[in-house]
Amino acid sequence: MISIRNHPLERKIVQGRIIFIVGLISILVILLVLRLGYLQIYQHQKFITLAQNNRINFSPLPPVRGIIYDRNGEILAQNIRVFNLEILPNKVQDLDNLLSELGQLIELTDVHLKQFRILLKQRPSFERQTLKANLNQQETAILAVNQHRYPGAELQARLQRHYPKGELTAHIVGYVGRISPADLENIDNQVYRGMEYIGKTGIEASYESTLLGKSGIEQVETNAHGRIVRRLQQTTPNTGMAIHLSLDIKLQQKSIEALAGFEGAVVAIEPQSGEILAFASVPGYDSNLFVNGISEADYASLRTSERKPLVNRAIYGRYAPGSTIKGFISLVGMENGIGHSKTVFCPGWYSLPGGKHRYRCWKKSGHGLLDGYNAIVQSCDVYFYTLARQLGIDRMYEGMTRFGFGKSTGIDMLGEPSGLMPSREWKRRVRNQTWYPGETIITGIGQGYMLVTPLQLANVTAVLANRGKKVTPRFLSAIEHPQTQVKQDIAPKITGIVKLRDDRFYEAVINSMRDVVHGARGTARGINRGIQYEMAGKTGTVQVKSIAQNLQYEKKNVEKKFRDHSLFIGFAPLNDPKIAIAVVVEHAGSGSGTAAPIARKLIDYYLLDRLKLFDRQAPDSKSLADQG
Amino acid sequence: MRQTDNPSYIDLPLLTVVLMLCALSLIVLYSATGESFDQLIRRSIHVGFALVVMLVFTRIPPSMLSRWSPNVYAVGLGLLFIVLTIGSIGKGAQRWIDLGIFQFQPAEMMKIAVPMMVAWTVARVTLPPNPIFIILSIFIVLIPTTLVILQPDLGTGLLIALAGIVVIFLAGIGWKLVVTVLLSLAVIVPAMWVFVLHDYQRSRVLTLFDPWADPLGVGYHIIQSIIAIGSGGVQGKGWLSGTQSQLEFIPEQRTDFIFAVYAEEFGLIGVIVLLMLYLFLVFRGLSIAFHARDTYSRLLAGGLSTTFFFYVFVNIGMVSGILPVVGIPLPLMSYGGTSMVTLMIGFGILMSIARDSRSRGWRR
Repeated sequence: MISIRNHPLERKIVQGRIIFIVGLISILVILLVLRLGYLQIYQHQKFITLAQNNRINFSPLPPVRGIIYDRNGEILAQNIRVFNLEILPNKVQDLDNLLSELGQLIELTDVHLKQFRILLKQRPSFERQTLKANLNQQETAILAVNQHRYPGAELQARLQRHYPKGELTAHIVGYVGRISPADLENIDNQVYRGMEYIGKTGIEASYESTLLGKSGIEQVETNAHGRIVRRLQQTTPNTGMAIHLSLDIKLQQKSIEALAGFEGAVVAIEPQSGEILAFASVPGYDSNLFVNGISEADYASLRTSERKPLVNRAIYGRYAPGSTIKGFISLVGMENGIGHSKTVFCPGWYSLPGGKHRYRCWKKSGHGLLDGYNAIVQSCDVYFYTLARQLGIDRMYEGMTRFGFGKSTGIDMLGEPSGLMPSREWKRRVRNQTWYPGETIITGIGQGYMLVTPLQLANVTAVLANRGKKVTPRFLSAIEHPQTQVKQDIAPKITGIVKLRDDRFYEAVINSMRDVVHGARGTARGINRGIQYEMAGKTGTVQVKSIAQNLQYEKKNVEKKFRDHSLFIGFAPLNDPKIAIAVVVEHAGSGSGTAAPIARKLIDYYLLDRLKLFDRQAPDSKSLADQG
Repeated sequence: MRQTDNPSYIDLPLLTVVLMLCALSLIVLYSATGESFDQLIRRSIHVGFALVVMLVFTRIPPSMLSRWSPNVYAVGLGLLFIVLTIGSIGKGAQRWIDLGIFQFQPAEMMKIAVPMMVAWTVARVTLPPNPIFIILSIFIVLIPTTLVILQPDLGTGLLIALAGIVVIFLAGIGWKLVVTVLLSLAVIVPAMWVFVLHDYQRSRVLTLFDPWADPLGVGYHIIQSIIAIGSGGVQGKGWLSGTQSQLEFIPEQRTDFIFAVYAEEFGLIGVIVLLMLYLFLVFRGLSIAFHARDTYSRLLAGGLSTTFFFYVFVNIGMVSGILPVVGIPLPLMSYGGTSMVTLMIGFGILMSIARDSRSRGWRR
């Protein structure tokens, strides 16, 4: 290529362009300086604040939940140290891969994974979520060695709620569970900072704020990966208050054992204080299953079981009280001028004047002529049909409600239902129907619309044992400060006295009920063998299905779900009652056959073995004496 | 041809400032790595090796560079093709060839080879270049640029293009043409936005306009970087005391974002000192170009110096949030061996040109 080159011109051209570039560069440098000056001088304060916010984090310190004891200091709920495998989601690159690799180290079931995925969806990604709780020693060791290979997966030592008595206390103590989105709507997030669990049922729920404690806070310096570099200052968390329950775990255990194989409930109350001694609902379940979220299979089997183990029958089970209320009907009669001296002839049935329907007595052949005393002792239905007819539903409603029928007891457990004491007003309001005379008749023997819970039944029994003094039943007996160990006893809450026209009315009925057990013709005389104290009691056999007029109830012919419920109420000792009890056993036949022996056994155990009020004689000596 | 007056001549001001920047880079790196001696030593080895390479290049006369230009360019292009092929086989981005001891990036080589080749081409005939040579130069620039962008490494691709374009500009193409090119860029850029850019590149560009719109996502890195710079203030938080850097809030703080570490710990005063050092290097380089003996040397020295400035400008602009994050290291400061060597070769060439012109009577 031939060209004529003009070197001076070439130099001039390039030098001109260089000068231009020098100018351009100067402008761009000024631009940079202005930008940096703007950031470092003008906006300096703003960025200083942002840098501080980056650096300093407030990390909540969860408190230790209060311990729950029974009346003798046995631990019912405590906190045990466990190791959990937790995942910090926003530090995980490939979650699926991480989970499958962890699954090769320790066993992760579908349930773990599924629950974890649910948590992931619900909670923010900067919060640790438990993948597997309560690792065993081997799993803990494996993870301790390997966790550094899995950023975002952490082995954490945690305190976990544990119920040493498991199934014995599930229906009382209840359980804690993870805070759910539904819980979050009802709680103050500030109070629950850093906490994972909340009381879901039972005492754990009722006394949530007492047991909870107060979380502390820690000011920490963290790096960009959330790792804590330095602790700056902290306020320590306060452990929750310890709770002492009135429950006697040994009596509770006996109660549950006594109900084994049945469905039913036992409630035992100390009449003077209202303290719950036993509160059994059978079948139960192991409350520990729920702490870290129950597996779907476990939950399904509990939920669908025909025996309904999840239902707390003692407080939620509503039953017709049957003949157990006859003593109370009798008191209402006396208060309205119809005393025990009134006699009625029982031919085995009762009909309303002009009516054809025969209301049967449980004794087909009839009791013959009998007074109020014998009507209670022998549980004559016809006597109480007649009494109910004479009183009328209005006076019965008014009288029975005074003792507490148809009302919740006010026990310190959430969601107690009220029973049902029917009235004209109730029927009009709820059913939009008028009251029929026949309904009055059957109300007299505790059938029909009337409903009680085992707790309410025990409560009215306690009122009777107290000769009218009403004490609110409760589980809480004392609150103890975890550090100072100062115990604050809870005083009995007396809500009033059912004052009758004459105090002797109580003694009359109580004497009748004594002879239900101790009398030669008492319906529960079968349980008086070898008894070393006086007790009052009343049986109840509750029809679940009405029997056609012309048919006879035959236990063996009836399908189990239509069999009678067996009920018993009682208290002892007669003149200084230490225990009032209600026993309800579903589909177990007559009150005297099943419920009454259970009550005797439990009262015996409590008075003799726990309180040691009477010497327990050699079990055979009395029967030998009888034979002799 | 006269020989060099003093064979051991070296441009001392240039060398001094380069050494100062290398020393500063070690100081900042020590802080950015959480006081790692290990990395400090490795960095020192890089610097030492790069300085040796630089000294070698000071001995290569510009005339020889000019003659080598087509060969260097051809080898570079060949290596780019190889890398791209390996990359497409290996499924994913591939930018380097593993030579065992170190990794060789052909794209880095092109940062020097392209301006050499363009300078060589336009210097074939007298300036200003005629349209044929302009078009030829544009192809020389576009081919390697496209290959690098396909790797995909948008930042380096654009810098290679810039290196070539600066040389074309220095060669004296008409102002009308310059304006025309700028206008057509205004058309091409939106077109590239739609057809060429990858999603991650688009989101990087979008973040530029409002990083605070997505502070935990795409905007996170740039926000942390700006917080670091802003919180440094005038005096800085002191060496090893920047919270953003020590607690690792700054992304890529050893490499692309090392300026944020520096600005946090040394403040605006430190930033201005650093800019002065860079400006000294650039102006010294432009001065060498100004006084160079022949067209090729002028164009190459001018091109390398200007490109060096743009590295600095783009990096600081991106870290301080006025340019999109395109992954360009801060020259001489960022950790990284290959780019260090490339830069030192550039300075070696500048020194060689300086020596060449000095030997012909230039006194500053």
